Amino acid sequence: MSPTMIYTIISLSGMGALSAIILYVVAKKFVVVTDPKIDEVEAVLPTTNCGGCGYPGCRAFAEALVKAPDISKMHCPVGGNEVMKKVGGILGAVVEEKDPYVAVLKCSGSFEYRKKTNIYDGAENCQAATLLYSGDTGCAYGCVGLADCVRSCDFEAMYMDKKTGLPVIIDDKCTACNACVKACPKDILELWPKGKKNRRIYVACMNEEKGGIAKRWCDVACTGCEKCVEVCRYDAVLVTNNLARIDPDKCKLCRDCVEVCGSSSILALNFPPRKDRGPVEERPNRKLARTKADNAKTDSPPAIQPSQPNISGNTGINPEPTNIEPSGV
Amino acid sequence: MSDTEEKLLFVSPSPHIHHGLTIPKLMFGVVIAMMPAFLFSVYVFGIGALIITLLAVVSCVFFEHLITRYLLKRNSEVNDGSAIVTGILLAFNVPSNLPWWLVILGSFVAIGIAKMTFGGLGNNPFNPALVGRVFLLISFPVQMTSWPVPLASRLSYSDAVTGATPLAIIKEGIKNGQSLSSLMAQVPSHFDFLLGREPGSIGEISALLLIIGFLYMLYKKIITWHIPVIMVGTVFVFTGILWLADPSKNADPVFHILSGGVMLGAIFMATDYVTSPMTIRGMIIFAVGIGVITVLIRVYGSYPEGLSFAILIMNAFVPIINKYVKPGRFGEVVKNG
Amino acid sequence: MMLMYLFNGTKTFPKGGVHPKENKLTSGKPIEEIPMPDTLIIPVSQHIGAPSVPTVERGQAVKAGQLIAKTGGFVSANIHAPASGKVTKISESMDTSGYRRTSIFIKPDKEQVWEDGIDLSSMLLPDIKNTREEILHKILQAGLVGMGGAAFPTHIKLNVPKGKTANLLIINGVECEPYLTSDHRIMLEKTAEILVGVRLLMIALGVNKAVIGIENNKQDAIRKFQELTSALPDIEVAALKIQYPQGGEKQLIKAITGREVPSGGLPVDVGCVVHNVGTTFAAYEAVQKNKPLVERVVTVTGMSLKNPGNFRVRVGTPVSKLIDAAGGLPEDAGKVISGGPMMGKALNDLEVPVTKGTSGILVLPETQSKRPKSKVCIRCTKCVTACPMGLEPYMLMTLAEKELFDSVESGRVLDCIECGSCSYICPSNRKLLDFIRLGKYMVGKKIRERNKV
Repeated sequence: MSPTMIYTIISLSGMGALSAIILYVVAKKFVVVTDPKIDEVEAVLPTTNCGGCGYPGCRAFAEALVKAPDISKMHCPVGGNEVMKKVGGILGAVVEEKDPYVAVLKCSGSFEYRKKTNIYDGAENCQAATLLYSGDTGCAYGCVGLADCVRSCDFEAMYMDKKTGLPVIIDDKCTACNACVKACPKDILELWPKGKKNRRIYVACMNEEKGGIAKRWCDVACTGCEKCVEVCRYDAVLVTNNLARIDPDKCKLCRDCVEVCGSSSILALNFPPRKDRGPVEERPNRKLARTKADNAKTDSPPAIQPSQPNISGNTGINPEPTNIEPSGV
Repeated sequence: MSDTEEKLLFVSPSPHIHHGLTIPKLMFGVVIAMMPAFLFSVYVFGIGALIITLLAVVSCVFFEHLITRYLLKRNSEVNDGSAIVTGILLAFNVPSNLPWWLVILGSFVAIGIAKMTFGGLGNNPFNPALVGRVFLLISFPVQMTSWPVPLASRLSYSDAVTGATPLAIIKEGIKNGQSLSSLMAQVPSHFDFLLGREPGSIGEISALLLIIGFLYMLYKKIITWHIPVIMVGTVFVFTGILWLADPSKNADPVFHILSGGVMLGAIFMATDYVTSPMTIRGMIIFAVGIGVITVLIRVYGSYPEGLSFAILIMNAFVPIINKYVKPGRFGEVVKNG
Repeated sequence: MMLMYLFNGTKTFPKGGVHPKENKLTSGKPIEEIPMPDTLIIPVSQHIGAPSVPTVERGQAVKAGQLIAKTGGFVSANIHAPASGKVTKISESMDTSGYRRTSIFIKPDKEQVWEDGIDLSSMLLPDIKNTREEILHKILQAGLVGMGGAAFPTHIKLNVPKGKTANLLIINGVECEPYLTSDHRIMLEKTAEILVGVRLLMIALGVNKAVIGIENNKQDAIRKFQELTSALPDIEVAALKIQYPQGGEKQLIKAITGREVPSGGLPVDVGCVVHNVGTTFAAYEAVQKNKPLVERVVTVTGMSLKNPGNFRVRVGTPVSKLIDAAGGLPEDAGKVISGGPMMGKALNDLEVPVTKGTSGILVLPETQSKRPKSKVCIRCTKCVTACPMGLEPYMLMTLAEKELFDSVESGRVLDCIECGSCSYICPSNRKLLDFIRLGKYMVGKKIRERNKV
């Protein structure tokens, strides 16, 4: 063996040994003690890093879960109750079951119902357009249609319907992570209880103008006529600032309001076609639940604690048109 | 009001007017600036220069269209003219007797690998024409370093009379221990370099015509003066120092800035929008870097010419230059009122 | 014209800028009156700051010049009736951005009675009888706002904050926006009045030096001011190079004094206060003639208008009436802009009223209205070189588009003056300023949230 080879072997092994020692010392000296539970919890979490829990990513949420004395208020909207049960098991803590939520679009102003009054020629971004002016229709409250929400969605649960110009939410993919709600500059997206068999009723309009003005620019605008308030037997509808709002906690999904609404701005999703039960006016038990304080700010948004989607009870993707067409039209 | 009800008004954020400048206008401005050098090379090298330039342009445009349309499935943007510029630049950087299939291969590497794999115009980190050229130089050194002698065989494409470039003569000679003064006697004079009477790549021979193109681009505000002037200046100063230190070994600075591809590189390749820095200060660093590396390769490296390598090396530094070198902000100066 | 360019001065801001075609179609047209409209719509929010509070009621008769809405806060301005008549309603009306805001509707009567004490004669009153406090009070009462476009309440700019001193008043007669000529006409027709106004503002600020900055394309105005100020050692006229945005406050200060307003600072940080010539004239009228700010000069212009011109109009006049006065909306109209083409606001409804800050109405033909499709950024550095604030528009736009607002903030987006030079020059027609504005808004929101915590 030539001396060169010997030198090579010696020097290389020496370097290797030295590096190993340095690495060992560094690893020992600068060791970061982490709770092994954090890793365990993180392994259970869905690793989508969507931020729907309110923390920047799943790792941060896992750390917060391990540190928190009470995790009953913390929730992973993507993993839902199942994941939270597992987390509870690891940490030996109690978790609350949450009803599943889903995002709903509170605007029905498609191209057909809401005519354009000018041509927007700026950045393809809802927020940028909103900063500039009220929008390319007469309604300053409705959907801008430039897909900020679709871009914000990490779960491909939204797409833009080219025919209507409105976004469509695919219920089964929506995890109620709240990203689209935060992204919308017009605040027309809201998390709504998913409801039994995915059925839900809500006012798909945000227009606070007086009836005539609202109606002038959009055929399906809520005029604040209060017929829905009168017909509701459960005090679930409230009109503030010329705009009706259904309280999802009180609504029993009877669909009386949907029938009386003159401008079809109340949507009822995923209901079977209604049997003919005679005109609504003749039925008893109708309550006059007109609110006196019209201008008082009574509409409190629902808790933005997102919840688990109904994974087991799904029946496949909803036929898309039902999501966007106002019912009764 | 009645008018607006029939016809909708446009609403957009300000500004509402535009200068009218477009990418094709800029690119065709560059093409026009390259025309004097191109026409001269056709005069000097004859049919070969014409064939190679046309072939390079056509294949660059063809590859770009093919890749955008059928691989990336986007709308083809070949009409912006950037592929034409790449094609002409690639042709400018090769000898006029290069086999036709090498031109096509070089075009493919330039457009397909150096440009489109990064997403097309605006996204490529390296100058596509130079990547194509360096690929050919490394893979086919023989074909890439046999330069036809000017005016010697204008009507034949493949069987041209060839000779070495002045830089190669000097490099080889010094390596073999010949004295610089005897070598300098073998190469054309500085004045010949200016006019373009030496063997070389299609576009690099006439410094004078390249400078005319440079002035045209300055007049049209296509580029700023910074990169070319500072780059040539750096080469001049650096080689000047070496020349003053040892005139018997090192050629004089005027020889260095006029010979080889310094002018072509400084004016048309280092100034490529996509691969040069975004700020004036960044451009200065970039240009000095190219100048220094060029001279290092020419004087100490194994290749006689180092310009292509120098530009590509500095291209790699552009992102980091852009990150750390910011334009002079307004209002950053401590108040002087 | 060519000679004018030869004598183009060298005084300018050093960084960036562009030179759009000037298109000053109406610079030779004297200021005209237009007929009183049927209804005046006076928004209570015409200025930056808190909306004013209406002091009149529906059905009430008002005299011209009467206070109809008083300041709604420190940063706010009084609003006066532009004409005598009846308040028909106080209701919502569309503003230039399309949102509905509270406005006072006045139906003018035939008699047109003005409030007592307002001097309507055109006689020049050069003698200043008021003290500094009285001048400040009168300007506050008259509801003066910056008339160059931003509409910032004037009395606030005249109150130099504690711990800072102003030593120079700059009068902005640059009018660097293409097409607009209202400031130019005022300078030509009311030169002596403006100089009295300059004197008033100097007293109000307590400074003993004033410079009137005028761009070189208004040689007649420069000459006229030079004649009248030749005997005044403390008022100087500065001829400035034709370059956009020469009229930007920070650029103007830099061009005239060489001082650079620090990032995030105010002009007064370098001892300067800048007022528009229109505001200066309004200050003259407010103090010497007791006339509140109820009318202004508006340039109505556009290549295809039959009769473009400079009109003196009452605040509250619908834009459609101005266009009628200029020959009606042309067939090929594609975009109507309130203000100039570089920084103005495109209107979506022509019934919106003229406010105190409306400097011009520009009608662009359809061919110039639609912006070409954006292409990829070719990194040509033209936006970086054009930016007068030394920012990197290409970078800020991409970062804002990708919603990386922290990096947008560290890229100093808040320094952006929204002059539009970047979008104007971009060969790829990228919507640079659209997204930079978005970034600016989001960064502002972030900072406000941070300060709350």
